[in-house]
Amino acid sequence: MKNRPFEILIKNLLRATTYCIVIFIGYILFDIIRKGLPAINWEFISGFPRKSGSEGGIFPAIVGTLYLLFGTMLTALPLGIASAVYLSEYARQTLFTRSIRLAIITLAGVPSIVFGLFGLGMFVIFFGFGASILAGSLTLACMVLPTIIVASEEALRAVPQSLREGSLALGATQWQTIWKNVLPYSLSGMLTGSILGIGRAAGETAPILLTVAAFFLPKLPQSIFDQVMALPYHLYILATQHPEAHKVRPLQYGTALVLLALVISLSSGAMLLRSYFRRKYRW
Amino acid sequence: MKLQAWKDKAVKLLLLGAASTSILVVLLIFLFLGREAFPFLKEPGIKALFDTRWIPVSFQKVRFGLLPLFTGSLLITGLATLITIPFSVFGAIYIAEMARPAEREFLKPFIEILAAIPSVVLGFFGLIVLAPLVKSIFHLYSGLNAFTGALLLALMAIPTVISISEDAIRSVPISYKNASLALGASELQTILRVTVPAALPGIIAAVMLGMGRIIGETMVVLMVTGNAGIVTLMPFESVRTMTATIAAEMGEVSFGSIHYSALFCVGVVLLLITFGLNLVSQRVLKKYGMMQ
Repeated sequence: MKNRPFEILIKNLLRATTYCIVIFIGYILFDIIRKGLPAINWEFISGFPRKSGSEGGIFPAIVGTLYLLFGTMLTALPLGIASAVYLSEYARQTLFTRSIRLAIITLAGVPSIVFGLFGLGMFVIFFGFGASILAGSLTLACMVLPTIIVASEEALRAVPQSLREGSLALGATQWQTIWKNVLPYSLSGMLTGSILGIGRAAGETAPILLTVAAFFLPKLPQSIFDQVMALPYHLYILATQHPEAHKVRPLQYGTALVLLALVISLSSGAMLLRSYFRRKYRW
Repeated sequence: MKLQAWKDKAVKLLLLGAASTSILVVLLIFLFLGREAFPFLKEPGIKALFDTRWIPVSFQKVRFGLLPLFTGSLLITGLATLITIPFSVFGAIYIAEMARPAEREFLKPFIEILAAIPSVVLGFFGLIVLAPLVKSIFHLYSGLNAFTGALLLALMAIPTVISISEDAIRSVPISYKNASLALGASELQTILRVTVPAALPGIIAAVMLGMGRIIGETMVVLMVTGNAGIVTLMPFESVRTMTATIAAEMGEVSFGSIHYSALFCVGVVLLLITFGLNLVSQRVLKKYGMMQ
């Protein structure tokens, strides 16, 4: 009992450290919202940039980021979900399965700039796609693949074994079981988990720096072989490469806010949906 | 019936194919990085990488020593890890063992938001707000230095490290805690002498995974560390990391030049470092049964 004040002191120290992080995050969000909001108006969202980005809007960058997101989802989602179904429903503990798992762990740790180099070497140069939406989306897809696989596997594991056994006992094949009795109950979990991963890809700059992003391109892309502007790269350029960086400060904050809002609404939307579905399917 | 069986086989093969893409992508990453880096190893030779200066563009003699970039990455990673450890470990202990349930429900997603903030936005915040602050607090010539970069990188690593450490702490069997409490140890003694030591391998692995994230981060260091290619271990000096070098210079080189190939060599070194860190930390997590 004599250590009581000491215990309280330590406990408060731990609490203070934790809330220190919270306050720091809060301050970053507050700073960007406070200085970004005044810059945002209809012209900024829907207009094209003028004078190499010193004036006008960021519409092409928003569209570019959405295209990249869409392209990434289109390639990475089916591949990731199919991998997860194989790993959780079919795979036995073989050397091959272990190699797949090792590969997934390795991919998850590869730095984003290395993905950029890889995309440059393979998609841009070797396959001859050039700096394009296609090359950028494929690079980002490789990057988010491990996140999608892990999230989807988790969703599949949450489906009770008895559902599979019941179906198999009635004479259904394994694929019929998966299609009719496993996927319908896990798809929501897979999607929300995957959106969390893909949302992060929307904010990545390093991979698209080398594979797709255009410095200043005040028009919309015509095909998947076109370059696009993208929000993160646009912010980087405005903040560091612009000759009058001080003058365009409101535009910088506005771009940062739009990017932040896009990424955070994607991830928090996914988080909310996830908790909704978790409550809906309680076994 | 026969048809069903065939269909089942076909689907299985298809899924197997999809699952193999991960292996394929890893192999292709090594292959393509190696392919583009290879000309450098042949022509100036691998010895050129051990030079002490990185001067890729020069009228006299170009030099491609990795040392300044390597020490730059090392310094920043070291500093950022030093900042990350106390914050994440204290935070994880608090969230896992002390916070009330409602508090946990707030703290966990809030810290997850930090992981969602794009690195370029953090870099921007660092450039505009944090760097001037560091400059005026420490009376420096410039706020763009290793310390500012490390602060932001620590912030990027904290959510990962907290979440894995917290899993590790919570995976300690309740019987350990009960035994300790039954022997008359206080709550704090139990946490510090029983729970945390039991979770230590998981915490160490979490820190290593965080280090992997820090060393591979590009935009923050590109924007706030000043990017001077000098060999230094002083926290308030401007440094240039391996990642920032690739990002800054790749846009300006011509394909197939020595400089281009040298940048891919930097990429290979980076890939090997993160590969090693990642592998060791996963081994540890697995050995002690602390995978989520």
